[in-house]
Amino acid sequence: MKHLLSAQDLDRATAIRVLDTAGQMAATQSREIKKLPTLRGRTVVNLFFEDSTRTRISFETAAKRLSADVINFSAKGSSVSKGESLKDTAQTLQAMGADAVVIRHHASGAPHMLAHSGWTDGAVVNAGDGTHQHPTQALLDAYTIRRHLVGDGGRADVTGRDLDGLRVVIVGDVLHSRVARSNVQLLHTLGAQVTLVAPPTLVPVGVEAWPARVSYDLDAVLADEQPDAVMMLRVQRERMSTAGGGFFPSPVEYSRGYGLDGRRLRALADHAIVMHPGPMNRGLEISAEAADSPRAVIVEQVANGVAVRMAVLYMLLAGEQTTNVKVEAA
Amino acid sequence: MSTRYLLRAVAPLGGDAVDVLLADGVIAAIGADASAEAGPDAIEVDGAGLVLLPGLVDLHTHLREPGREDAETVLSGTRAAALGGFTAVHAMANTTPTQDTAGVVEQVWRLGRDAGWVDVRPVGAVSVGLEGEQLAELGAMAGSAARVRVFSDDGKCVHDPVLMRRALEYTKAFDGVVSQHSQEPRLTAGAQMHEGVVSAEIGLAGWPAVAEEAIIARDVLLAEHVGARLHVCHLSTAGSVEIIRWAKSRGIDVTAEVTPHHLMLTDEEARGYDPVFKVNPPLRTAADVEAVRAGLADGTIDIVATDHAPHPREDKDCEWAAAAFGMTGLETALSVVQEAMVDTGRMTWADVARVLSSTPAAIGRVEDQGRPLAVGEPANLTLVDPAARRTVVPEEQGTASANSPFRGRRLPGAVVATFLRGRATVLDGRPQDDPDGSLRAVGREAAL
Repeated sequence: MKHLLSAQDLDRATAIRVLDTAGQMAATQSREIKKLPTLRGRTVVNLFFEDSTRTRISFETAAKRLSADVINFSAKGSSVSKGESLKDTAQTLQAMGADAVVIRHHASGAPHMLAHSGWTDGAVVNAGDGTHQHPTQALLDAYTIRRHLVGDGGRADVTGRDLDGLRVVIVGDVLHSRVARSNVQLLHTLGAQVTLVAPPTLVPVGVEAWPARVSYDLDAVLADEQPDAVMMLRVQRERMSTAGGGFFPSPVEYSRGYGLDGRRLRALADHAIVMHPGPMNRGLEISAEAADSPRAVIVEQVANGVAVRMAVLYMLLAGEQTTNVKVEAA
Repeated sequence: MSTRYLLRAVAPLGGDAVDVLLADGVIAAIGADASAEAGPDAIEVDGAGLVLLPGLVDLHTHLREPGREDAETVLSGTRAAALGGFTAVHAMANTTPTQDTAGVVEQVWRLGRDAGWVDVRPVGAVSVGLEGEQLAELGAMAGSAARVRVFSDDGKCVHDPVLMRRALEYTKAFDGVVSQHSQEPRLTAGAQMHEGVVSAEIGLAGWPAVAEEAIIARDVLLAEHVGARLHVCHLSTAGSVEIIRWAKSRGIDVTAEVTPHHLMLTDEEARGYDPVFKVNPPLRTAADVEAVRAGLADGTIDIVATDHAPHPREDKDCEWAAAAFGMTGLETALSVVQEAMVDTGRMTWADVARVLSSTPAAIGRVEDQGRPLAVGEPANLTLVDPAARRTVVPEEQGTASANSPFRGRRLPGAVVATFLRGRATVLDGRPQDDPDGSLRAVGREAAL
């Protein structure tokens, strides 16, 4: 693995290796001293052209726990806001010796461009590009699902296991969601069955080529499929304005049709989990009751994000095709 | 007396080999008479295996001057045109300042005349500043020295149906034509590529086929209603072909063009996010490519026009969403048509002459271009070697920009010579300001 640009880059074996490595990383994180010496002397640049406190902090924490030097470069207050191109920014970072570039960009394909342009030699990690991909989010979601729903609910060792036969329902703004695109691909690779649920306006034309079912009726899907995991996507309020295209008439109508409220929560099977990539719009796509219920694994997703990103950085920068992590404390 | 050329054993429109004599700007003789009348000073051109075509006429070229001389100038663009086998180009109106007054179109026309590579026919803007609000002075442009007959807001759609109706009506007074860039703006706000399976997967905002087809459907009905002629720019979808076919069957006076890139490339090219494949209208699906090829072959689509759209490197050397729309095409158009249409057996060389020369000249009302290959006709001619194979290297082309989508591709056919009123602008594949290639060796700047 030279870069991580898309969930599609991951075949089943590689994806499982990332999850297994993340499991080993997570095991080190319950220690008093969490820092590993693995990436000492390596430099990881967080190149964020789009605001994202959560993802940036997650990558920063992951890199620091592996003893890498971390440089945060955000478009705001930098030369990027003065019109510097992606190319010049990338070449500047290259000159400073970045071993890995974690990039978030509002333009779909910007990480692909960075990885294939020759502007930088470093490993490129896509931390979310436009409406395209967010592969580490999909990995942390898969990790979370596997932890809860494979191997007798976390009591047995899940190393080497995939998500065969699990039913995952993804609900919300699929059209604009890089989380949905990444998850559909990765969950499919790992053997899960994915159903997308959204109003038709928020489903992309061309979705028929995706390895997922599509439904416009959340209640029917919850009743018929008895999903093992329900993933609620963030819905941006501006999507309902005419300036944003007017994708649905009102927040109330959206919640009524596609929000996870108490009634729908209670319709889930006992073992089912509720997920959300955050940040949540409480009261829009997810009610407080659902978000705070014992089924919700939303906070755990955040914690798992650090472990998964440690695994990704480790596999990209330490270079071995092995899952044997050196776990001595620094 | 001007230079005389004796073209030996060329195949007019791919027919039987004959000798053709060019003298005093016209085709002076064809056949046995040619060598008899040539005289001792005539320059002989070995035409064995070469096809003789009327000089190509492009109805859709962006020369970028005035305003974006960093992308192309009238000089560099027309030189590129000659190298591509063209003897006339229509220079689109989206310059800065816009070609929306007699003064600006005359400026472009004069730059073309001074450059001397091809005839430059400026296109006039339909609306002032391409803003789509107020008619530009169409009559003044038609009556100017540039004799504008084609009007277009290309790059933007004349989306206001009332303005479009008025433009169609008004141009009837001087036998003009409105050339419409068919793009419903609300359906394409922020659009980056064809909306379909590929856009859904790679997360680029979609440009739906219906946004083109809806405007074409409206415009053919408007043209019918007011009895005007309409030309449809760079048609790109299977549905558009169907609408044009229907309109023609109703007797509506509509003509349509397709670009070389829409005859060859699909939206699959976007998967690598290389903005060289970003173009408006976008590359469509394989089914659309097949439909436009079929439409061109059966005459539903009248012409091929390049939509040559040069851009400086910085406008393509960036992320897809930030990149400019457009690709160069003057120096690859004939080869692409050969590969897509001739080598596939769907068209003859006579058909090529029709779609790349005589019909575009007729649509643009360019009287002395696109003429038959007959004695006494103006010697605006192109000599092409269909057996040649070449790899596209944009940096070696005449155009000042390098945004060719065919970079690195091996294409059939090569322009051996281009004649503008009997004068060779290209000979042995070399531009005649640089007949031995030495200028290119010291840099293209010197050649310009």
